[in-house]
Amino acid sequence: MYGRKVKLRFFFIFTILVILSLTVFLVLKSLEENVIYFQSPTEIKTLTEKKNDKIRIGGMVKKNSININSKKINFIITDFDNEINVTYSGVLPNLFAEGKGVVAEGYLKDKNYFLATKILAKHDEKYMPPEVAEALKEK
Amino acid sequence: MLPNLIGFYSLFLGLGSALLILYFAIKNFNTINNLDKRIIFISFFQFLFVVISFFGLIVSFVISDFSNEIVFQNSHTTKPLFYKISGTWGNHEGSLLLWLVVLTLFIFIFLVNSKFQPKKYRILTLLFQQIIIIGFFIFLIKTSNPFAYIYPVPKEGLGLNPILQDPALAIHPPILYLGYVGTSVIFSAALAATTLNYISKEWASHIKFWVLSAWIFLTIGILLGSIWAYYELGWGGFWFWDPVENVSLMPWIALTTLLHCIIVLEKKFILTSWVIILSISTFTLSMCGTFLVRSGILNSVHTFANDPERGMFILIFLFSLIILSIFIFFFFHKNDQKKSIKIFWLSKETSILINNWFMMYFLSVVLIGTVYPIFLDVISSQKISIGPPFYHKLIIPFLIPFLLAMAIWSKLNWNKAKVKNQISLSLLFVCTILLSVFILKKLDIEFLTYTLLLSSSFFLFFTSLKDFFTNKFINLPQNISHFGFSLLILSILLNSLFSSEIITNLKVGESHEINKTKIFFEKIEKRKEQNYLSIVGYFNITDPQKNVKNLEPELRIYNQPNIITSEADIKTTLISDTFIVMNSVKNKDYFNIRYQVKTFMVWIWISVLIISFGGILSLIKKNYAK
Repeated sequence: MYGRKVKLRFFFIFTILVILSLTVFLVLKSLEENVIYFQSPTEIKTLTEKKNDKIRIGGMVKKNSININSKKINFIITDFDNEINVTYSGVLPNLFAEGKGVVAEGYLKDKNYFLATKILAKHDEKYMPPEVAEALKEK
Repeated sequence: MLPNLIGFYSLFLGLGSALLILYFAIKNFNTINNLDKRIIFISFFQFLFVVISFFGLIVSFVISDFSNEIVFQNSHTTKPLFYKISGTWGNHEGSLLLWLVVLTLFIFIFLVNSKFQPKKYRILTLLFQQIIIIGFFIFLIKTSNPFAYIYPVPKEGLGLNPILQDPALAIHPPILYLGYVGTSVIFSAALAATTLNYISKEWASHIKFWVLSAWIFLTIGILLGSIWAYYELGWGGFWFWDPVENVSLMPWIALTTLLHCIIVLEKKFILTSWVIILSISTFTLSMCGTFLVRSGILNSVHTFANDPERGMFILIFLFSLIILSIFIFFFFHKNDQKKSIKIFWLSKETSILINNWFMMYFLSVVLIGTVYPIFLDVISSQKISIGPPFYHKLIIPFLIPFLLAMAIWSKLNWNKAKVKNQISLSLLFVCTILLSVFILKKLDIEFLTYTLLLSSSFFLFFTSLKDFFTNKFINLPQNISHFGFSLLILSILLNSLFSSEIITNLKVGESHEINKTKIFFEKIEKRKEQNYLSIVGYFNITDPQKNVKNLEPELRIYNQPNIITSEADIKTTLISDTFIVMNSVKNKDYFNIRYQVKTFMVWIWISVLIISFGGILSLIKKNYAK
């Protein structure tokens, strides 16, 4: 019925469409899997269920809360309403200090305990992570 | 003070000459005469005015003239001279002035260099370029004046962010800008050629010079930034998929694709729409990069000031340029390939077309990963970030067919080709798989992707290597760059698979032993330098082979601004880098130590240099052929 050329072109367009939709699907799926949400300690407290996804928590490092030994470092992140205990073993940025803003990335063990896999490096003392600034401003 | 004043008024003279050029160019456009010599003359003066302005700023920095606001904010009398000068473009206003210097320089070079091109095309390119230049002039004068006064004059400046006080970062912005701004010439030229229906083989051969040079500068600029991040930020990696890195990668991908298309256009006069769209998008992506970085949407070491007015201006400017170019593309671009040149499926043309689609895919992945968080923040004010796994998952599997295609298809002939030596190629592929399995010493599903990726990069590696000996001079530049690319993927892969890391907190005199590696923190020493206090840590590392290495990482406490930075100590060999960095924890005796052995690290830099060397060679060859 249809010429060979038409069939070929039809097949060609069909393949492109399939590839295109597969790609879109793949991109969206891995986007969904790899998105890291940012939360403040107060938002953590109001969570109804514990999720196993990687998240980021931001706030201030509470005064006199840093406790360090050769294996790990413990400290408390606060947004002045609620706080959360953080345990971390890894590289600390130079600007990490008590009373300064911090963003920690990792997994929530329970509502009071956060296991960090990364403390984000900040470049500048004047610089406050925008997420932290906003989380603190809401108070 | 005087240099400041001269610099400021020189800017207006530059803007004035832009208007003068517009006037003469439009007057000259429809006459039968040759290009008006006065235009080239004024164009030279425009460049001169901007350079004078830029020098005015440099002098203000050198003499620490704190009546100038940006000198006050970014300099300090105790800063070494070299960083006083590099501080000129280490801030928003100064770096934009540098953009302008390069913009005006490039259009002048373009005018001088395009003698054999049609007059109308030269004038139209100049017009489009002047529109961009005027946009930047207004942006600079209106929202980011580099010569703003402050009174009373402060005694001392606030200092440059210490993290920027580094040789690699002093030359990183100018080189990167040469690449970014080079794309603006391609953009203007492509628009002019489309309007005049001058997209042709001759045009392709003429614009190739600009594509190549922009590409070389962009490649080296990104390399410098990456090297800097490696030793200065102390994270021990070379690429973090940080939005700021991504915005430089996107124009690079587009430009690389354009480079391939231009070669096809030069030979075969096909893919014209690709060339136009890529020329437009390369520049748009460069501008987008400037917008995202400067507007304060992306917070990073590059964000100098968060001023919504600036972001707004660039955004409006960017959109007008995009609308203009889309308009020109749809109204003027005549796809007169009615001759319907038959493209055989197995030929160089098709392989480059497929390469284009791959590149567009990589580009969209990076674009989505970079823009999606911003987009989500705007529509739902949810804060998210997208980590490296997103990019790895979407890019790595597709690199396998990409590399194989590079190895086989890039050697095809034009028009109609056959894959030669099918048997030996398949044999070679089997060998590379065996080699990869041997290196990885593991064969399971998780490692399947890595094994295949490793074998396909080995495959490209060996086929390009073979070509160096068999077809000595045919496509040598291409072969060098592709060889460099295979080396890059190989080193990145081996680097990520075989590197090891130890992180610990130590006090002075303590040691830490794990996996047969012993780290001994011997002592610290304090030294006073010109504008910082240096604390050097002395470490003895005993590696599993019982070799003892001494490494001395450093902490620098800068006086102004008061910031601590870590300087990693890196011992480089051809096999691996040993990398150690220490951080202090305020008011604690403990130091946070990170020790890494990074396999084949130096080859990552070398391979990028090889890639860009291919481009340089192609440029030389082109000039030589003339």
